Amino acid sequence: MSSSPPDRRPMGRPVAPLLQAAPLALVLLLFFVFPLLATAVVSLWNYTEYSLVPDVTSRNYVEMFEGCSDFSEGLCTTFGTYLSTLRLCAIVWAVTTLFGFGIAYFLAFHIRSDTVRMALFLVCTAPFLTSNVIRMISWLPLLGREGVVNQFLVGTGLVDQPQDWLLFSDFSVVLAFVHLYTLFVTVPVFNSMMRIDRRLLEAAQDAGASGWQTLRHVVIPLTKPGLVIGSIFVIVLVMGDFVTIGVMGGQQIASIGKVIQVQMSYLQFPAAAAQAVVLLGLVLLVIAVMTKLIDIRREL
Amino acid sequence: MLLRTGQTSRGAIEFIKVTKRFGGSVAVDTLDLKIAAGTYCCLLGPSGCGKTTSLRMLAGHERQSGGDILLDNHEVSGLPPARRGTAMMFQSYALFPHLSCLDNVAFSLRMRGVAKAERHAKAREMLRLVELEALADRLPAQLSGGQQQRVALARALVTNPAALLLDEPLSALDPFLRGRVRAELKRFQRELGITFVHVTHSQDEALALADLVVLMKDGRIEQQGTPFEVFDAPRTAFAARFMGGHNVIALPANGLVAVRTDRTQLRPAGEGVVRATVRGVEYTGTGFAVALAGPAGEDWQALVGESALRARPLEAGEAVGLGWDEQDLRYLADGT
Repeated sequence: MSSSPPDRRPMGRPVAPLLQAAPLALVLLLFFVFPLLATAVVSLWNYTEYSLVPDVTSRNYVEMFEGCSDFSEGLCTTFGTYLSTLRLCAIVWAVTTLFGFGIAYFLAFHIRSDTVRMALFLVCTAPFLTSNVIRMISWLPLLGREGVVNQFLVGTGLVDQPQDWLLFSDFSVVLAFVHLYTLFVTVPVFNSMMRIDRRLLEAAQDAGASGWQTLRHVVIPLTKPGLVIGSIFVIVLVMGDFVTIGVMGGQQIASIGKVIQVQMSYLQFPAAAAQAVVLLGLVLLVIAVMTKLIDIRREL
Repeated sequence: MLLRTGQTSRGAIEFIKVTKRFGGSVAVDTLDLKIAAGTYCCLLGPSGCGKTTSLRMLAGHERQSGGDILLDNHEVSGLPPARRGTAMMFQSYALFPHLSCLDNVAFSLRMRGVAKAERHAKAREMLRLVELEALADRLPAQLSGGQQQRVALARALVTNPAALLLDEPLSALDPFLRGRVRAELKRFQRELGITFVHVTHSQDEALALADLVVLMKDGRIEQQGTPFEVFDAPRTAFAARFMGGHNVIALPANGLVAVRTDRTQLRPAGEGVVRATVRGVEYTGTGFAVALAGPAGEDWQALVGESALRARPLEAGEAVGLGWDEQDLRYLADGT
């Protein structure tokens, strides 16, 4: 630096950029960082049936994992619930990823016209014009004992009697989740795919790659960022869910979100907060592992 | 330094009445073209002339609507790209961004199920050929344009093709590099003894590289021949204008003729065959380029030597006459 303009202060930091970032920082601080800290703090509080007692106690965490070191009588409630949640999460993740990838692939590579692609993409988002709850509840008259699907199955003689596993089951929960969240995978994967240079596919073909080889060696590696982002959406949403699992599972399926909700309804806020902190830790761990597999920031 | 030096040439290519239609429009119109084995052939023409489509049909990335394509006397039309004996070097190279140079070069071997050690050894050998062995583990994004071009070349050559198809291989390079890479391409072609088919819209490139220049227009061949034939004796006004270095002049007696700008002689006003007005004079280093306007506003040019111009300075707006020796006159087919 040989010279600088005279009206510019060489020392000191410019204030304007900080001011520009301030509103968003404030919003994040108030509505994200503060509640998170509050949750962490409350998870250390004590409580009785009718009051919260500010304290620093490990009681909530200890009670959560009570009996968990003893595997002789099977898993403790907390481990069992986590296992059930993780299992559900894994199934939903696998199905949404498969469908999301398939739909995105179809849109990105099989549709030649931009107009048609855009139209089909909007069709995919159409379910989001109604509320989450309505989309979920619409499944009930379809899947119930006297529902449309059962009437059809019995009517055509495919089954002798109405099928119970259609509703208030793992099946219905997974179905609802897939319905709700497939788009969250489709969008980022589609975005990644649209950025793949079409000549790369021709180059692969030129090198003798079959369709499957092109998919495995070119398309999937280049779609990884989208897959990881979509997976994070799905995992975060499913791990914390209690409404969908509650409604579609007939309040019969254990999930961490459900446990937290129940504790809240009994005003056991510190216990619920402790659960929330552990759940947050677990989800962050899953995301950390996924981002370890692929450096999203570099890929973006 | 290359492995296959001295081997008999491969890669004789023949287009027989090849047509390609896209919807209603005809991209390539009953193309007949023979390219002898071991030829450096440039398909030249403005965008939309069908040169790239022809190349892509030869490569197998586009299926012709009619006609046959032969490679070394075998019909290849029904074969997938990898089984034709051709390899394509794509415009801006299309290197796989997630694979190292080594894996890019080894890609086609991997697709054939060649074991890792063997394909890496072969790929390393190809990288050594293009003098990029040291950068084998880099990703394409970490290479310069010229280096990427050489990786693409290595990737195309690893399958030992009979014909290498290059789609605008120099267009992504800066002008300085273009000249060097051009010379390298020519050297590779000579030493490998295979056919290169090179698509370009730059007549400089075609003149510098080709054994056979194929000038295309509207899906048809306008003119073909050695660079000298095509440049020195344009058959049509389009050829003369596209190749550059020619004045296309309408003569009442002969119709359209072409005269090379370096053979166009400036005479005093009133003399010569046609009248012209000087628009300006540009120094080119080796001489002067005199921009001229014809009677109907035609764009003409005359290259004048330094001493000639010093002896007789020209000013903008000055009227001159243009003349030429009879043997420098080229009668154009579409002139009458």
